[in-house]
Amino acid sequence: MGTAWLPLEWIVSLRFLREGRLQTVFIITGVAIGVGVIVFMSALLSGMQANFIRRVLSTQSHIQLLQPQQVTRPLRSAGRSGTGPVEGAIVQPPLQQNKSIDQWQAVVQQVRAMAGVRVVSPVANGPLLVVRGSSTKAVNITGIEPESYYRIVNLDEKLLRGVSRLAASDVMIGSELAADLGVDVGDKLHVTSAAGRSSVLTISGVFDLGNRGSNRRDTFTTLHTAQSLLDMPGGVSTLEVTVQDIYAAETIAQQIAVLTGVEADSWIKNSAQFFAAVSAQTTANTAIRFFVGLSVAFGIASVLVVSVVQKSREIGILRAMGISQGQILRVFLLQGGLLGLGGAVAGCGVGALAIFLWKRLALNADGTVMFPLEMEAPLFVSALVLAGLTGLVAAFAPALRAARMDPVVAIRG
Amino acid sequence: MRLRGVKKAFNPGTPLETEVLHGIDLTLRRGDFCAVMGPSGSGKSTLLNLIGLLDRPSAGTLEVCGEETTALDDRALTRLRGHNIGFVFQYHHLLTAFTAVENVMIPKLGARGFPSAQMRQEAQALIESVGLKPWGNNLAGNLSGGQQQRVAIARALAMNPALVLADEPTGNLDTKSADAVFDLLRDFNRRQGTTVLFVTHNPALAARCDKTIEVVDGRITG
Repeated sequence: MGTAWLPLEWIVSLRFLREGRLQTVFIITGVAIGVGVIVFMSALLSGMQANFIRRVLSTQSHIQLLQPQQVTRPLRSAGRSGTGPVEGAIVQPPLQQNKSIDQWQAVVQQVRAMAGVRVVSPVANGPLLVVRGSSTKAVNITGIEPESYYRIVNLDEKLLRGVSRLAASDVMIGSELAADLGVDVGDKLHVTSAAGRSSVLTISGVFDLGNRGSNRRDTFTTLHTAQSLLDMPGGVSTLEVTVQDIYAAETIAQQIAVLTGVEADSWIKNSAQFFAAVSAQTTANTAIRFFVGLSVAFGIASVLVVSVVQKSREIGILRAMGISQGQILRVFLLQGGLLGLGGAVAGCGVGALAIFLWKRLALNADGTVMFPLEMEAPLFVSALVLAGLTGLVAAFAPALRAARMDPVVAIRG
Repeated sequence: MRLRGVKKAFNPGTPLETEVLHGIDLTLRRGDFCAVMGPSGSGKSTLLNLIGLLDRPSAGTLEVCGEETTALDDRALTRLRGHNIGFVFQYHHLLTAFTAVENVMIPKLGARGFPSAQMRQEAQALIESVGLKPWGNNLAGNLSGGQQQRVAIARALAMNPALVLADEPTGNLDTKSADAVFDLLRDFNRRQGTTVLFVTHNPALAARCDKTIEVVDGRITG
């Protein structure tokens, strides 16, 4: 036998599959299409989600430690425990002032020492007015320490003109604001804060954050300059944090809040709608994969049911020759597994080809890839394993039927 | 091989119950070459299926190679059948996806699980002994009817069984091929002492057997 090193079940399975080669080719093609769709869809979805997340997180940190909110407490009448009845019926919310996070340097040290935390960067931000001739624009100034902040938001990459290096009197502005004010790198801007402090800053760079609103509103300067303009000497309004595992951000944010007593919001909490959309996409993809897998399973099962009927005489002969029920069962289980696995191998090829074509053909107007799709080994391995198992499971009922066949009836055909 | 009061009914316990064998008593000794004759539908094939352990009797006892079989489970029956009984069917029933030699290897492959060089050599020797050496590597489906029946005989002898059951092996062959097939079985019977139960409608062939039994309406009449 050409397959001299294989056990009986393998030899008979392979011969049966070869003998019914047209059926075998059709079902393997069917399985291949199914597996190809699953592989490509999974790569597409994970690529798309990774792209969305990359875009969302390229201009923001994963966790923000926020300045304390000022609250008004209702007056209570004096009592021994201080818990007497409330005296004022209406409690008006207080005006939120730009207050610093208390002892922020110590908080930075604590957060940096936490497991899973990559970067912690202090930021002072608040509103400013930019005056240029007769034109006045309200902007948001963000005071940063470039060494740490650029590891969170890489402004270097987003710079259209100028340099990202910031001196004390430098400011970087967005492309929309530059256009609105008719200014460019090297021009001066007169800025005034609500506290009445003002300064003249030199535009060192013009950036594009990929969002028109941000490009019109956001400006960056050094932390000291912002502290001075916002009347927060030595203080910071937020601490920006990035973590190693972006999906662990909410857990780490809660740990930070417990450890430091400072309110911490993760990007997951702040982007709940985005996360719901990602979750809906994942659910839809899982449903599609399930139903494609189901159709693959039924395809294999139906082919094997037909095969058992077609091969009933051979089954009877084998039984008469002393082949056991267990061996017959394994012959048909193997056929199911081999059809699933063979289809999956071809399907992985189809999926890989589709990914390759996507990379070549799905391009943006500027010729760049719409979003990158990766051929990840675990995706292909799991497709192979799952398709093989699906084949085995699908083959179980026909295999059992074959094994339980009465040899006399089977031989009679 | 000994049958005592063997009965076989189909659809037992239902309104369609039909008894086709009505208390068969039969004893065959090692080396017997026995012809079974009888009209179509008389129960010859059913009798062979019972003796070949492909089916179970409804009543009575059946001993094969000294072992009482009626209480054995399917696994034990399969083992006993595989090691001690060879079959030759009217329509040869070869596996068409396999070559002649591979068909002969199947019984040993089933018993041992894995093929071996020795297994192949033995199968080739058997194929040679039935005069099919040049066709050994041909697919079984590509052989003529007479050649296929000779392969079936070689396969039936692969495990060197104590008993060969041949159900009208010459029924679809011309006289020359039928004689050749009969001679082959007779030769193995004489050389190896294999017991042969040979169903035939051909009185000339039956006359060449050691003894003849006749089955009529589910009973042995002679």
